[in-house]
Amino acid sequence: MATEQTLRGWLLAEIPQSKGQARCQRIFIGWLAFKRNPVAVIGLLIIVGLVAVAALAPWITSSDGLEPHLANRLVAPGEKYWFGSDGLGRDIFDRIIWGSRITLYIVALVSIIVVPIGLLIGTVAGYIGGWVDTILMRLTDIFLAFPRLILAMALVAALGPGLENAVLAIALTTWSPFARIARAEALTIRNSEFILAAQVQGVSTVGILVRHVTPLCLSSVIVRLTLDMAGIILTAAGLGFLGLGAQPPTPEWGAMISLGRQFLIDQWWVPTVPGIAILVVSLGFNLLGDGLRDVFDPKSGG
Amino acid sequence: MDQSATSGQKTAGPGLALPSNLVKIIGVISSLSLTFIGLTAITFVIGRVMPADPVLAIVGDRASQEVYQQVFLQLGLDKPIYVQYFRYLGQLAEGDLGTSIMTAQPVAEDIKRFFPATLELATIATLLGIFIGIPMGVMAAVHQGRWLDHIVRVIGLIGYSAPIFWLGMVALLIFYAKLDWVAGPGRLDVFYDGIVEPVTGVLLIDAALSRDWEIFHNALSHLILPASILGTFALAYIARMTRSFMLDQLSQEYILTARVKGIPEWKVIWNHAFRNVLVQLITIIGLTYASLLEGSVLTETVFSWPGIGQYITSSLFNNDMNAVLGGTIVVGVCFVGINMLSDLLYRLVDPRIS
Repeated sequence: MATEQTLRGWLLAEIPQSKGQARCQRIFIGWLAFKRNPVAVIGLLIIVGLVAVAALAPWITSSDGLEPHLANRLVAPGEKYWFGSDGLGRDIFDRIIWGSRITLYIVALVSIIVVPIGLLIGTVAGYIGGWVDTILMRLTDIFLAFPRLILAMALVAALGPGLENAVLAIALTTWSPFARIARAEALTIRNSEFILAAQVQGVSTVGILVRHVTPLCLSSVIVRLTLDMAGIILTAAGLGFLGLGAQPPTPEWGAMISLGRQFLIDQWWVPTVPGIAILVVSLGFNLLGDGLRDVFDPKSGG
Repeated sequence: MDQSATSGQKTAGPGLALPSNLVKIIGVISSLSLTFIGLTAITFVIGRVMPADPVLAIVGDRASQEVYQQVFLQLGLDKPIYVQYFRYLGQLAEGDLGTSIMTAQPVAEDIKRFFPATLELATIATLLGIFIGIPMGVMAAVHQGRWLDHIVRVIGLIGYSAPIFWLGMVALLIFYAKLDWVAGPGRLDVFYDGIVEPVTGVLLIDAALSRDWEIFHNALSHLILPASILGTFALAYIARMTRSFMLDQLSQEYILTARVKGIPEWKVIWNHAFRNVLVQLITIIGLTYASLLEGSVLTETVFSWPGIGQYITSSLFNNDMNAVLGGTIVVGVCFVGINMLSDLLYRLVDPRIS
């Protein structure tokens, strides 16, 4: 109890003694604000649950969800198969669990591609300004104006169906809002005194962009990324459903719905259960994103 | 008179209004053409540059050397890439989208046949979104924090989070297979197919024109489920935006003034606050409509709706690149066009934007 008190005191001290303490304090105060929003906490729990399930998949499941067991085809949900079995006799529960890894893989891969590109284009445009800004933002606007799913479909058509190509297509149609946000932040930071101080000290443009501008853009970008996650998951599932994303027998949730379509009327659980998984996860990201936005930027909360 | 608080600048002088509007229009047109150049550049790259061999993609690997040479020259692949791109632009300007391998028809002709079905679906869905979503959003804002507000929020969250193709399947399962309230997939029962003379391609209008109410009824029964599913997204978005716009207005001082003056509350809400929200809503409705034209791809697949989304998808699986890219361009042009149009309308109507 005593250590907790002092820890709390350390985290809430009026004057932080070190850079590290200040950083921890910011996170802690944000957490206090976040905790007050029960809906956002539910979102966080869903996402933590998703990560936990993906990490613990080998221990939770009883099969790899890939091997067909034709003797156990289309068993209704019950004791043996909690979520029933599919057209090839595979345990749908196991496939959903393994599928969580694919969902996380897609989300992580898209983020890894999209955030650096958006940050780079946005901060360069905002900080340097002038014709560089004009050209980069025109480019961003062009991508911003595109229909996302259709363009992703056309790209996958050219590259060939598959999980990696679907990710690439989604990334190419997702980066532009991040560039816009990063630019807006960079514009407000550009004329700050600490940037001026860094310039006077002779820090290079690249150094200023990487060490001073980018870190300050991160919080807005992270909020936007969380809110975009649901859209990314839904687009990936849509491509999977159309047969353009992950290919069978990969237990990708969208592809599972597509495979289960033929059983809709008589074995409803085959296509509906994976849809519930998608719904829960994208709901989780949406709730979490709303909560994070309220913490980082209380003004825009609706 | 109640708008005087917001439209004060409008009285700056009618003489100034025209040139500034002209500037706005020129601005929108220039960004529109830039976006089109970007769009065509991307479809060009996807169609001509990305495939390892665009000729093989068209003729297949069993074609003779002569055919290969002929197509190679036809595509202008011997010319520099920018010449190829300008040729491509020229073809597009003439409405030439190439020939579909699957249907052996010009892609433009195919799209003319498939597009009305998508248009019908997206239009009805948007109308549902407008007529249900706007009152819902207004009511949620008026009763902020009460149960109605929470219901709107939950519907919004589900509309944003549920995969639309899954929602469509669940709806088919419940309302078609179990309850038998509506007709199943497709636009019409097979029995009625081809009876109505296609005039506009929009079945509801065609059936009404030929006064065939039985077919009208059947078409409506087929349409209502996919349109409602697609409309859920429109409804969620429109309701949410209406709510936040209304909350903005309701906290303004002119609303307080109106209330103090003793104007009935419904008049304050609809005549004062809502009227100022209308302009912003135009943009939102435009955005929604454009995204539904695109978003109908998945809905069409679930409901076997013979629209442009299904055309693109089935072409995709037949490696029919001309058809895929033609469809992409048409949807892209509509998408960009509607967005820009609503943006322009917004700029012209709202005097505060300069």
